[in-house]
Amino acid sequence: MIDVINLRKSFGKVDVLKGIDIKINKGDVVVVIGPSGSGKSTFLRCLNCMEDPTDGNIIFNGVDIADPKVDINIHRRRIGMVFQHFNLFNNKTVIENIMLSPVLCAKSDRRKAVRKNLFSKEKQPVKSVKEIKAEARENAMALLKRIGLEDKADVYPSTLSGGQKQRVAIVRSLAMNPDVILFDEPTSALDPEMVGEVLEVMKELAKSGMTMVVVTHEMGFAKEVGSRIVFMDEGVITEENNPADFFGNPQNARLKEFLSKVLM
Amino acid sequence: MNFEAKIDKFINILIEQNGYVKVVEGLENTLKIAIVGLVIGIVIGTLIATVRVLPKYKVLPRILNGICSFYVAFFRGTPMVVQLLVFYYVALPLMGIRLPSLTVAMAVFGLNSGAYISEIMRSGIQSVDYGQMEGGRSVGLSFSTTMLKIVIPQAVKNILPTLGNEFIVLIKETSIVSFIGAADLYVAFNYIGSNSYEFMVPYLTMALIYIVLVCIISLLVKIMERSLHKSDRRN
Ligand SMILES: Nc1ncnc2c1ncn2[C@@H]1O[C@H](COP(=O)(O)OP(=O)(O)OP(=O)(O)O)[C@@H](O)[C@H]1O
Ligand SMILES: [Mg+2]
Repeated sequence: MIDVINLRKSFGKVDVLKGIDIKINKGDVVVVIGPSGSGKSTFLRCLNCMEDPTDGNIIFNGVDIADPKVDINIHRRRIGMVFQHFNLFNNKTVIENIMLSPVLCAKSDRRKAVRKNLFSKEKQPVKSVKEIKAEARENAMALLKRIGLEDKADVYPSTLSGGQKQRVAIVRSLAMNPDVILFDEPTSALDPEMVGEVLEVMKELAKSGMTMVVVTHEMGFAKEVGSRIVFMDEGVITEENNPADFFGNPQNARLKEFLSKVLM
Repeated sequence: MNFEAKIDKFINILIEQNGYVKVVEGLENTLKIAIVGLVIGIVIGTLIATVRVLPKYKVLPRILNGICSFYVAFFRGTPMVVQLLVFYYVALPLMGIRLPSLTVAMAVFGLNSGAYISEIMRSGIQSVDYGQMEGGRSVGLSFSTTMLKIVIPQAVKNILPTLGNEFIVLIKETSIVSFIGAADLYVAFNYIGSNSYEFMVPYLTMALIYIVLVCIISLLVKIMERSLHKSDRRN
């Protein structure tokens, strides 16, 4: 689904990613761990071109989205992203947060379809804006129900707890029906008592077959949910394995050292 | 002449000699110039501010940024009276365009406040957490859509008091449009004054009208702020 080939990224003179190759298949839960500053966030942010890769290819569903000529916004619809600091829209209510992009995207698709119908004999059926909105609202409510927050639909994000915000952020990305969701330390900004509820939602997502790439320091989650664990160190992937072997039988010396620190 | 006689004279011209018509017209023009100026200014200012926060590693944003810098420097570096005179008596005639002075006043006020508002708006945009932009981009919205739907509404909320001040400045600045022959409050009260050879009461009344206008605007800004800050409140 995502094929990363020789991905490089530098900020000015600093080489952060020094040639990363990885294949992410449908249904994979790839967990990325590594020391601070090793380039995990940069790697993740290159996957949906939040950072433009300096070199290399990111083949997503057959298209190289690292090519600056592709319309990245179209592809980002299919790649969800969940941030450490949630990044919910402060000026929108919870349900508006979830509906915003689905509605705008459907509206823009609708305009295109209407234009196309003008010039072709076979008219495609076009949904009305009202239908689009109603559908998006229904879908958003279903997602909120799934995380038990349907009573929060009409409040603003500032009134939610950190854990609630992150769960909303997860379903906001889900509302686009993405093929894959990227998580950048989704629980690092949370109070300890709220970590569980977010991991629970992520576990359930993984179980439902969602493809996920997760940067996290939660080793328990990695072991239990990850289908593959990747160790990143100084801009390269130095070890990649299934959870059992990764934690049970690490090869790389730096990884052994890292694990001994975090698994104490 | 005692004070009562002055007031009598003033009221006489105001009512009997249709002075009030001029005052109403002047008030109307003052508000028109300030409001239209503010609206044009917000549009121009937002566009410039957006250009200014664009990433600068491509050529086009750099060129646009240069143009915007020049624009802002020009309109902030010259007095508004000079801008009015230059546009009305020099620039437009040179281009062969004849416009009513009121229209020119509105346009110049808009262009001028655009320069000031761009700076206000830029600080407003920069006060919005960059995560808001990232959140929008991550769900597939374009830069401009995210700007329009997410960042700018929050920026406007942050700068609303400053924007209110800009409006107040515009209202007060309208008193210079008589330089190009537009009829504002000053023209109206000057007319009353010169017809009665008595300027004290007309000018004091004019001052009072400006103060009342400014107070009303301040109040409106406060009310608007309160309703916009809904999303900050816990409930
Ligand atoms: N926008 C940027 N400009 C310049 N340097 C950057 C930028 N973003 C990241 N870096 C640098 O790239 C390196 C890797 O950063 P990155 O955030 O990817 O690390 P990380 O593995 O996610 O670390 P952490 O665990 O602390 O989140 C760091 O040295 C950082 O200073
Ligand atoms: Mg990071």
